[in-house]
Amino acid sequence: MSYSPHTEADRARMLEAIGISSVEDLFADVPAAVRASDWQVPPPLTEQEARAELARLAGRNRIPEITFLGAGVYRHLVPAVVGEIIGRPEFATAYTPYQPEVSQGTLQSIYEFQSLICELTGMEVATASHYDGATATAEAALMACRLTRRGRVAVSAGVNPDYRRVLETYCSGPGIEVVTVPVGLAEGGNGTTDPGSIANLGDDLACVVAAQPNFYGQLEPMAELADAAHRIGAQLVAVVEPISLALLEPPGAYGADLVAAEGQPLGIPPSFGGPYVGLMAARMGSVRQMPGRLVGATRDAEGRKGYVLTLQAREQHIRREKAASNICTNQALMALAATVYLAAVGPEGLREVAELSVAQTRHLAAALEDAGLAERRFGGSYFAEVTMRVPDAARRHAALAEQGIVAGYLPEQREPELRDTLLLAATELTTDDEIARLVQALGESR
Amino acid sequence: MSVAEPPGRSDPSGRGSAFSGATGGSGLTIVEPLIFDASRRERRAVRFPKPSEAARAAAAGQPELPASARRRGAPRLPEVSELEMLRHFNRLAHLNHAIDIGFYPLGSCTMKYNPKVNEWAARLPGLAESHPLDPAQLSQGSLELMWLLAELLKDISGFDAVSLQPAAGAHGELTGMLMTRAYHRDRGEGEQRTKVLVPDSAHGTNPATATMVGYETVTIRSNERGGIDLGALRGALGPDVAALMITNPSTLGIFEDQIDQVVAAVQEAGAIAYMDGANLNAILGRFRPGEAGFDVMHFNLHKTFSTPHGGGGPGAGPIGVSARLEPYLPAPMPVLAEGDPAEVLANAWALRSTPGARFELDDDRPKSIGKVRSCYGNFGMFVRAYTYIRSNGSQGLRTISEDAVLAANYLRVRLHDAYDLPYDRLSKHEVVFSGRRQKREHGVTTLDIAKAILDHGIHPPTIYFPLIVEEALMVEPTETESLETLDRFVDVMHGIAEQAKTDPDAIRRAPTTTPVGRLDEAAAARRPDLRHTFRDETEASMA
Ligand SMILES: Cc1ncc(COP(=O)(O)O)c(C=O)c1O
Repeated sequence: MSYSPHTEADRARMLEAIGISSVEDLFADVPAAVRASDWQVPPPLTEQEARAELARLAGRNRIPEITFLGAGVYRHLVPAVVGEIIGRPEFATAYTPYQPEVSQGTLQSIYEFQSLICELTGMEVATASHYDGATATAEAALMACRLTRRGRVAVSAGVNPDYRRVLETYCSGPGIEVVTVPVGLAEGGNGTTDPGSIANLGDDLACVVAAQPNFYGQLEPMAELADAAHRIGAQLVAVVEPISLALLEPPGAYGADLVAAEGQPLGIPPSFGGPYVGLMAARMGSVRQMPGRLVGATRDAEGRKGYVLTLQAREQHIRREKAASNICTNQALMALAATVYLAAVGPEGLREVAELSVAQTRHLAAALEDAGLAERRFGGSYFAEVTMRVPDAARRHAALAEQGIVAGYLPEQREPELRDTLLLAATELTTDDEIARLVQALGESR
Repeated sequence: MSVAEPPGRSDPSGRGSAFSGATGGSGLTIVEPLIFDASRRERRAVRFPKPSEAARAAAAGQPELPASARRRGAPRLPEVSELEMLRHFNRLAHLNHAIDIGFYPLGSCTMKYNPKVNEWAARLPGLAESHPLDPAQLSQGSLELMWLLAELLKDISGFDAVSLQPAAGAHGELTGMLMTRAYHRDRGEGEQRTKVLVPDSAHGTNPATATMVGYETVTIRSNERGGIDLGALRGALGPDVAALMITNPSTLGIFEDQIDQVVAAVQEAGAIAYMDGANLNAILGRFRPGEAGFDVMHFNLHKTFSTPHGGGGPGAGPIGVSARLEPYLPAPMPVLAEGDPAEVLANAWALRSTPGARFELDDDRPKSIGKVRSCYGNFGMFVRAYTYIRSNGSQGLRTISEDAVLAANYLRVRLHDAYDLPYDRLSKHEVVFSGRRQKREHGVTTLDIAKAILDHGIHPPTIYFPLIVEEALMVEPTETESLETLDRFVDVMHGIAEQAKTDPDAIRRAPTTTPVGRLDEAAAARRPDLRHTFRDETEASMA
């Protein structure tokens, strides 16, 4: 398959206009010493062959029949309208809206996205998007360093381990120290971050990064963490899950200074890890230190309202080495997916999704407890994911996977303290029957 | 009054009373209010089931959400019917220019056709529903695809290893420069090498990246031919230099014809040679940066390999590296744990799976810089790029670059009578004109020219970049535009150059046929209005 429109006659006409005799002459500027040698790239495929190849690869995956896996990526209903809209070529095949007069569709949808994220989080300003939740978290921590002019970051061990790894990588750049605030993971612990441990982290701390709900599903004392951070002059970066914000207090209300989140649950399929969308929100007073694109409303000479990329003096194309971040391309189309999702479900639908997820997770925990197969590992309350103590968890997790049942996530892969536990998630898509089959399969794997 | 303030009830669009109501505009001219303006209490699109009896009963013994953690008052998301919301976004779509609608010669962005079979592939349920943390035995297809794509990118670029993890070009730059630093540190030169050399023609992400990695940027000037000044480069190189970040072909659309000497000089100084690969579209099959001695390069899959840009993303910015940087690549890496690589490749090229082959994610990389993104990157973009590379195949990839370069040179010779061409030499994928003549002689700026182009249904070139060209107009036609389209663009550009002489005011008033005219960007920055302000509760309930 070649997508070139040119006939040989077209090429001949262009060569003649240029005044050269062959396409080889177009590459005369590549020094002989470094001309490419041959490669092994295979021959072209027709569309029918390309489809066969991709169907082959898709067929090599086994999509589990039943799954309780979340751990940062959640399976929710993606309403049909979402795919319909983000598949529209006017959105999908446009570039970053550098020419606002012919990009009002993209720009207005981003403005709506920013508005929705502010409303969900209770914050005053939200960016146009980041690569994912992890990089949004890392960029938020770097932003806190710029705002406080401090160079140390504390992160709760309850934050998604992938996010913590990305945060450490980002902080290694400018040499920012990352300290981990422990979470009570030991037997008898409550699985949350102790606000009392913040005070002795020192007075040069830029921020405390904590997640609500945390990676283990537990509900953190966010207001106390915010207070503890503020008492030592540090900011609170709240890492949240957007669907939970239908029921949980928005970070703006408990004193968060910065919010970062993974927007994947809002209408984006798991797609083996991406593309997703990073969300970031802050207080208006910090806007000039925000990384990434922002869309603002304005008017044209005739007074018509329109939208533009704005406050660009923060960005790399204007400020170069003094920019707030190097981010250029972001995840605009995925932000559109989230926008369409939120409009499609509305406040009632989002509440229903959250309540069903919360209810089915409790159903799942109760069913496992009642069958004597598992116990909740932590006290306190949880949201829509729960850490359960399950004897011989790793072996049984593998045995169930063979049957096409994914019994959640195995925390011991990263956290040895959580040996023999499973982190299980349910959403509105989880059925009673699936829970019954998990209970049965887990029972049989004893 | 801030522009954020809601316009009067009779005029939710803010664009005059003729356009009032939720479906403003006349005929097919669309003026679309915010989705929030269409919100009415109790309207619904998607609904969900109620929790089952069993779920409700089971919940009794489980902890509730504590009152202290609960939200008071629902978020004010729009309440709309499905048709209304669909129309809203469809109408917004009409306000966009896009490749699928018309010519989009936006320099440096490679706005070529995004084949639809790639979209079909990315939506295959077997790929789209694949959870990144599923046990590896359930994800062999996703892992094989990533492994195959990395193998192809290695071959295309001449590098020894490729990581797909970075989510965009700038993210690839960050990854490459963190690896550069890890490499120097490992050799005990971390403290001493503090500078990164960046040509004055570079994209803004290059210096911004250097800063994010804690490096100081030193700008290297270009010579009068538009290439990097070798003398200046040699003068700046020294034991304090960590890397050179160079774009090749450059942002002037020029191949650095002394690139072999550039790379040699950098390596002689013990520094890392970083190539910004945003412009790889010009040189497929002609120049392989890894083979030419570069240590690291990012690809922009959303440019060269045609994954749609989505109005600003997602993209994907894999990086290729030489053997000496390989240990520092981000973790994890998809690897072939069991099976013969040559056999697996041969089978895949023949559209066959290899019995017994097993793929894994290798997270045991002690020297790795760590992770730069959750999971493994923008997988959906990998699917599209893989489909694209396989569809084009070896000859197709070479044709891409030949036709892209042919088109750019054709526009160069056809337009250089009307517009100044500061560097009049063989182009690669793009050509950078200057509007300085129009500005000096007729007071028509490059911005004016760009806005005039809009009135012809064409997206303007990139403007005012690269910075070293006064009044720059950076034109990248790509290989997928027909000769008729190129000729029409030539006519439009000639017409505008002519009009600059005869009726410059008309150009300064452009555009006049777009949904909005030139927008007041200064006001937008002075009084930022970055989100919708809701009417107060009483008003909302009356609405
Ligand atoms: C030359 C060059 N380098 C780097 C980038 C950054 O790539 P991305 O936007 O994917 O982050 C771009 C894209 O705009 C570019 O044109």
